[in-house]
Amino acid sequence: MEHLSGGEIVICALKDAGVKHVWGYPGGAALHIYDALYRQEDVEHLLVRHEQAAVHAADGFSRATGEVGTALVTSGPGATNAITGIATAYMDSIPLVVISGQVPKIKIGQDAFQETDMVGVSRPIVKHSFLVTQAEDIAETIAKAYYIASTGRPGPVVVDIPKDVTDPNYKVPYEWPANIKMRSYQPTNKGHRGQLKRAVKTLLSAKKPVIYSGGGVILDNASDQLIELAQRLNYPVTNTLMGLGAYPATDRQFIGMLGMHGTYEANTAMHESDVIFAVGARFDDRVTNDLDKFCPHATIIHIDVDPTSISKNINAHIPVVGTCTSVLNEMLSIADDMATEPDAEAIKDWWARIDQWRADKGIYTANRYEPSVGDIIKPQDAIKALYKATDGNAYVTSDVGQHQMFAAQYYLFDKPRRWINSGGLGTMGFGLPAAMGVQLAFPDAQVACVTGEGSIQMCIQELSTCSQYNLPVKIINLNNSALGMVRQWQDMNYSSRYSQSLYEDSLPDFVALAEAYGHVGMKVTRYEDLEEKMRECFALKDRTVFMDICVDKSEHVYPMQIPGGAMGDLFLNKSEKT
Amino acid sequence: MKRIISILLENESGALSRVVGLFAQRGYNIDTLTVAPTDDDTLSRLTLTTQSDDQMAEQIVKQLHKLIDTIKVVDLTVGSHIERELMLVKIKASDAEVRAELKSCVEIFRGHVVDVTASTYTVQLTGDSDKLDAFIDAVREIGIMEVVRTGVSGIARGDKFLRV
Ligand SMILES: Cc1ncc(C[n+]2csc(CCOP(=O)(O)OP(=O)(O)O)c2C)c(N)n1
Ligand SMILES: [Mg+2]
Repeated sequence: MEHLSGGEIVICALKDAGVKHVWGYPGGAALHIYDALYRQEDVEHLLVRHEQAAVHAADGFSRATGEVGTALVTSGPGATNAITGIATAYMDSIPLVVISGQVPKIKIGQDAFQETDMVGVSRPIVKHSFLVTQAEDIAETIAKAYYIASTGRPGPVVVDIPKDVTDPNYKVPYEWPANIKMRSYQPTNKGHRGQLKRAVKTLLSAKKPVIYSGGGVILDNASDQLIELAQRLNYPVTNTLMGLGAYPATDRQFIGMLGMHGTYEANTAMHESDVIFAVGARFDDRVTNDLDKFCPHATIIHIDVDPTSISKNINAHIPVVGTCTSVLNEMLSIADDMATEPDAEAIKDWWARIDQWRADKGIYTANRYEPSVGDIIKPQDAIKALYKATDGNAYVTSDVGQHQMFAAQYYLFDKPRRWINSGGLGTMGFGLPAAMGVQLAFPDAQVACVTGEGSIQMCIQELSTCSQYNLPVKIINLNNSALGMVRQWQDMNYSSRYSQSLYEDSLPDFVALAEAYGHVGMKVTRYEDLEEKMRECFALKDRTVFMDICVDKSEHVYPMQIPGGAMGDLFLNKSEKT
Repeated sequence: MKRIISILLENESGALSRVVGLFAQRGYNIDTLTVAPTDDDTLSRLTLTTQSDDQMAEQIVKQLHKLIDTIKVVDLTVGSHIERELMLVKIKASDAEVRAELKSCVEIFRGHVVDVTASTYTVQLTGDSDKLDAFIDAVREIGIMEVVRTGVSGIARGDKFLRV
């Protein structure tokens, strides 16, 4: 058996866990680990410019690939800088392992230099955490961390390692545990057979069904099963913000995203439905609107791997705990056995109504916004141009704000894991580092980061990381010279008193800034140039390009649910409501 | 309604803080909390009491179960169960009349006087929480100096048990 130091064990364990890339930033408490990293070639480390970005990049990597992302930071400020990234991953159930250095054990509790109780600080935003107290425990702890992060409802796991535990002079036998068993952690995979039968029966008897699928379907790679079930039943499908791409957006049965900025047809269909089949979704407040008015006629079937998600906000009539893939497979086979077909007449009538809603007020049947002209570029059109230039095939990460909602609405995702955004926490600054993670995973893919001039400045330092590792991401900056989403709320709720949402005169010259980092900067001010510039941007395959698009400053995101209303109560534009 | 929730937990550092943290984080209250290792010292048995309606109690149990360190969680209030709490009370008792009154009170509640000085009695009492509350009410007039309660420990009646 090999004898290794704690620092070497950390790296060997990462290798044995299948990790190829670690995003991180060194510092005192992590230096033994960094030294072990230097002396090997199996695990590649990517140096970011801020620990938040390390975690977001690992997160983006995970969302695009389905693998566990890994980040490495030092104690104290390194650890606290990672917190926003960890919280982001936690809210969206993204499997990550974050390794943090810690002050030596004997100094813990002494207010030592760069000491932060990382296990304590991160406790509410991790799936689990460990403080490793001896080198002998590192391998097993890291193995457990990857197991916990990636099974059940995925999530981030923190492994905090005091510096003395990685001491290069103390060597212990290293063995990678072949398999991990934990008596206190045994996630449920398979749904209860009886419940599944009830679920199928109810689903087949529906006259106005909606399939409401969320991020869980993507996390569990259950998109194929979802498509099969939906197409076999000919039922309409809506996706949450986290679930986009699980069902192909260009398919006829897709009725758009639901929720706060969801389509009229999706939100109205939900409200009118008699059966809601919720799979891997959690009835988030950005979906349901007022809980008391939520879908009054619907019988709710709820599939989720996490029992706490079921009947938390909305009572489920038929709860099923299990992974999306296994449950959907089971349901398909039960449906085969039952040999009952949906009520074709009823479903036909239901589709007729949905098609009418689409035709009347849908955002895909006509432009529901003023046209772009001259120097007025509508942000929606910028996303449409992006879609066109990339043939709908890009990985699109986003930040948070109006641009995020426009991207979700107008970039039609036909595949899972292509739309990568911070849905749960809504973290500005997520987009660029996440795009780096995606680009690292898929060096030849087109990766676009749709952002705003506000959000991009929260992690803009990562332009330097893009240079260092040749990550040719394309930054699509919908520049409206304002914290647009904040301003929209101020327009709607505060009589346009723009408290601290404007900064027009102090924005940087983004083209010059990009160039200063060695990248290509492009600026678009006229609608006529948009498509061509967008094509030019993506033709620069090997370059990081910052595309600064000056978009209409007064635009709002619509539809928008009316606060306190039912799902289908929407503002459709600045002057019209449902 | 009052709930008594029993948890079997890995006896590991940080495990208890996750349970307590969960309550703070999700806005549940903890009325009492007792914890100690079991006959198997890799395990801790925890009993906590909280006020909640059915829906919230279900969420609490599920959330507790979701913690990686928890092995089993039961809401004892759903079935018949035994609830016990231990209390030590130090009471002013300088004159003979008061001492006599206290003594009979302690007897009625089946407690014990476990320490005596010229001016105080220290009384030990076990029972369910209502009984301890009733004792406090009974001696309040006499002059309570200090009260220490362990919080509730609970166990299900009959054949059911909580074990790995
Ligand atoms: C870290 C962080 N701080 C604050 C917010 C609140 N917030 C949500 S959207 C938004 C404005 C974003 O502005 P920008 O990136 O320019 O996007 P736009 O809405 O203009 O498209 C703000 C401040 C947030 N989501 N994240
Ligand atoms: Mg903006």
